[in-house]
Amino acid sequence: MLTFLILLPVITALVILAIPGHYRFIIRCVALLGTLETAIWAAVLFFRSVPGTPDYQFEQLVPWISAGGLHVNYHVGIDGISVGLVLAAAWVGFAATAVSWDVERESKMFYILLMLMISGSIGAFASLDLFFFYFFNEMALVPTFIMIGVWGWGTDRQAAAFRITLYLTLGALVALVGLVALYAATGTLDVTELQRQLAGHPLPRKTQMLVFPCLLFGFGTLVGLWPFHSWAPQGYASAPAATAMMHAGILKKAGLLALLRVAWPFLPDAVEYWMPVLAWLCLGNLLFCGFVALRQRDLNLLVGNSSLAHMGFAFLGLASMNVIGLTGTVLVMVGHAFLAGLSFALTGWVRHQTGTVEMLRLGGLLRTMPFVGSMMILCFLAGCGVPGFVNFAGELGVLFGAWKGTVYSLHGWVLAAAWGGLVIGGVYMMRAIRLVLHGEPKREWADVSDATSGWRRLPFVALLAALVLFGVAPGILTRRIEPAVVAIIKMAGQRAQPAAPLGATAAMQR
Amino acid sequence: MNSGLISIELGVGLLGLLVLMADLWIAPANRRYLGWGAAAALTCLLVFGLGTLAPQSGTGFSGLYVVDPLARFFKAFFLLSGVVVLLMTVEYADRLAVGLSEFFALTLFAVTGMLFAASANDLTMMFVSLELITVTFYVLNSFQRGKLASIEAGVKYLILGALASAFMVFGIALIFGSANTTQFPELALRQRELSGSRIFLTGLALVLAGLGFKIAAFPFHGWAPDVYQGSPAPATALLAVGSKAAGFVLLLRLLLGAVPQIAAEWRGCLGGLAVLSLLYGSLCAIPQRSVKRLMGYSSIANAGFLLLGVATVSPAGSLAVLYYMGAYCFTVLAVFTVLCVVMNCSDTDDMADLAGLGIRSPVLAAVMTLALASLAGVPPLAGFIGKFLILRAVVAAGATHPGYYGLAAVAVLGAVISLYYYFGIVRMMYWGGEPRERSGIALTPGAGIALLVCVVGILYLGIAPHGLLQLSADAIAPLQPSGAAVVLSEHLGVVTSSGASR
Repeated sequence: MLTFLILLPVITALVILAIPGHYRFIIRCVALLGTLETAIWAAVLFFRSVPGTPDYQFEQLVPWISAGGLHVNYHVGIDGISVGLVLAAAWVGFAATAVSWDVERESKMFYILLMLMISGSIGAFASLDLFFFYFFNEMALVPTFIMIGVWGWGTDRQAAAFRITLYLTLGALVALVGLVALYAATGTLDVTELQRQLAGHPLPRKTQMLVFPCLLFGFGTLVGLWPFHSWAPQGYASAPAATAMMHAGILKKAGLLALLRVAWPFLPDAVEYWMPVLAWLCLGNLLFCGFVALRQRDLNLLVGNSSLAHMGFAFLGLASMNVIGLTGTVLVMVGHAFLAGLSFALTGWVRHQTGTVEMLRLGGLLRTMPFVGSMMILCFLAGCGVPGFVNFAGELGVLFGAWKGTVYSLHGWVLAAAWGGLVIGGVYMMRAIRLVLHGEPKREWADVSDATSGWRRLPFVALLAALVLFGVAPGILTRRIEPAVVAIIKMAGQRAQPAAPLGATAAMQR
Repeated sequence: MNSGLISIELGVGLLGLLVLMADLWIAPANRRYLGWGAAAALTCLLVFGLGTLAPQSGTGFSGLYVVDPLARFFKAFFLLSGVVVLLMTVEYADRLAVGLSEFFALTLFAVTGMLFAASANDLTMMFVSLELITVTFYVLNSFQRGKLASIEAGVKYLILGALASAFMVFGIALIFGSANTTQFPELALRQRELSGSRIFLTGLALVLAGLGFKIAAFPFHGWAPDVYQGSPAPATALLAVGSKAAGFVLLLRLLLGAVPQIAAEWRGCLGGLAVLSLLYGSLCAIPQRSVKRLMGYSSIANAGFLLLGVATVSPAGSLAVLYYMGAYCFTVLAVFTVLCVVMNCSDTDDMADLAGLGIRSPVLAAVMTLALASLAGVPPLAGFIGKFLILRAVVAAGATHPGYYGLAAVAVLGAVISLYYYFGIVRMMYWGGEPRERSGIALTPGAGIALLVCVVGILYLGIAPHGLLQLSADAIAPLQPSGAAVVLSEHLGVVTSSGASR
């Protein structure tokens, strides 16, 4: 079933490939149908997954390579952590396809790349083999670069495309070195196999200290961990709306998922060592990116920076290293997936209608586009962490987790600063609402049009509905997340014996 | 004396002579069909000769010559690249004013030399086969006598090639003087005592310098950019793939097969050369405007990657070298085939001529993108698996010496820089400003088949690496003489333990 879900967008892409390029309407219909079906099946998968168990579900294993000392299997499966992300990927993928109605040039290529991106994201979340995780992640990244370069906005989009390409490739390769080192030490990249091997026999501390920084900074770069974040705002500002939605909303979470699934359970000693550093770096995300967002004049740059600030919460939750903190992190991840998707969809609409996202040039848009305007207000409120949206639940969990974490090692005022980050978030979101939506309507924008037809409104409504649904009833998610998180914490509780004799550790590795 | 062993080499050599003879009776307009015939004959040799007719293993000519899985691996490699290069030459035929049949024949002779190199089990055999390759390339590189750049390429290759040969001969003399033998197996038996002899070590270093020239590794790389740029594209392709692979098979046989202990002592030096090649090639490729010249620098960088695998002095490293080489073969041949076709329309290989290729010929642009992405190491293409294997070998070797982690860091850096300059070409093809011409580019059957072979290879090796991995794993078996190297078995432990854990 998971394989079907991963393949569905690829099949859609193949069908599109067979349609001549000038039948734009048909291409678009096929893409919409394909992604809608993916979204529906992802929802079915989500509600059919059994809550309350840490086991992987819908598992499938196909041997792939077993030669020359290399053993890799195609292994997919979901647990409580990834099931929400798979749902978000399919759902935001559908919304991204739906808001791409304004792509006119080479739309066939565009939709094919978008389908590959959706498939790669779902694949990355579903992979239990880290080799395939990397594979799917790259499969989704490469279209990003091309889409920014070809369909992007602004004069410096080529520079942005190159920057994002090099930055993310460097991050991915650094992470790959970490994975390779893990492979060299254990002989497998299969998460379930690693769990089996390392249960009771944690890796030697030296290996952990070698692997962990590679994973943290490699995947951290992919997520936009301060100070490796500078690719993000400009990249998102230049990207077409659908690409920004998929990348900021979905693909970035793959790095967090890998950290949560690999680094935290299998490298606990290293995590403990690096936790304070991570806590300080996530303050960089929360405060630095928050302050930068405060000063933006470009709506897209503001949303890009605020998305980095949200990643700060996710990292803070990771650094707290307890059940409620990690659960909060996963909630933030899922919530931000929908939130970023919605934000970039809305700014994309504004950009298409007015041709600009300069906040000082905009103003009073709420009168000319009441639907999009009110959606934007709701979306920004969700971004501030107002109760009723899933982001609130996630951020609350993270802060509780960090509060508990202060007892051990997190400084109290890291936590205080995180509260400060929330306040900054409120300020810049309110500022954006005031500048863009409120105030006197400018004559320039008198004839912009709102999303009036049901089809146009559907993607926005679908994303907001998810934010509200999980916000009002976060239990649907947490019941699935918590057992998986508990298993991670339990695994992380095992520490490498500092004085294990050399032969013994070698035997453990075998 | 077992002359059946060299039936493949004899076949290819005879084919070359046959092409030369046939030239006498065939009208100039029809000579390009000779290329088709030669390619078909090579394909037959590859499919039937290598599979069934020729003996599967054995030594002959008093130990000079050996057929083992390693040799067979590389023989298949050389025959395949020979086929693609011949098809490429057919495509390129209009631009070679005279002597098309000679070009085919010389290509076949170069392939013969490479086939012998794959089986060389002795320093003299190594030297003779390398000379056969080098001498044919003297001619091939300067084949477009009307073009100054081609003459320059020929002269540069001649002078530096002669210098490298001189190094190698001198080194062989020193080795023979100190060891009293030139055969690899005997060197392997006596490496412990020989590793104390300074004369022997000097000789070995000189031989390695000669091989460094063949593989275009720093600091023996000086010829590569000019020669790559000036030579006719098919000759460059054969140089990039065949000549480099011949250098590496000999390097593997000599360093890891014959004197693994000394190789293990010299691993710092090998790693240093790898790092320098990698960084020099990558950094110098950035500002290039000529695609062939850029490929020259990229070839230096790739030599660095391959040397990283050698520098690990481990089976995992040798395996990675073989796989990387296989992936490199398809990707580089694809790049040069596309260049051949494009250069038929515009005379230069300036990057600006590729502008708008995405519109002029979507197929060529797509193949080029695929090949460059594979070179840059993007999954799920062949190049990614190659880079992954190299990284794995280097990181696994980090357990023996922490310096290898530094090598891994440099490899990552090199991969990122390479992405920059390869994607510069991709950008040029798709959104690189106004094309100089707008006419479509027709694809001839020859180029079409060559490209198809390459694309299938790139995708197959990327998506289903199992087959080639198994072949490479078999091929490196002769490199591990039983009990000869303590260091090797240590490294082997890394691989077998991971194998045993499943």
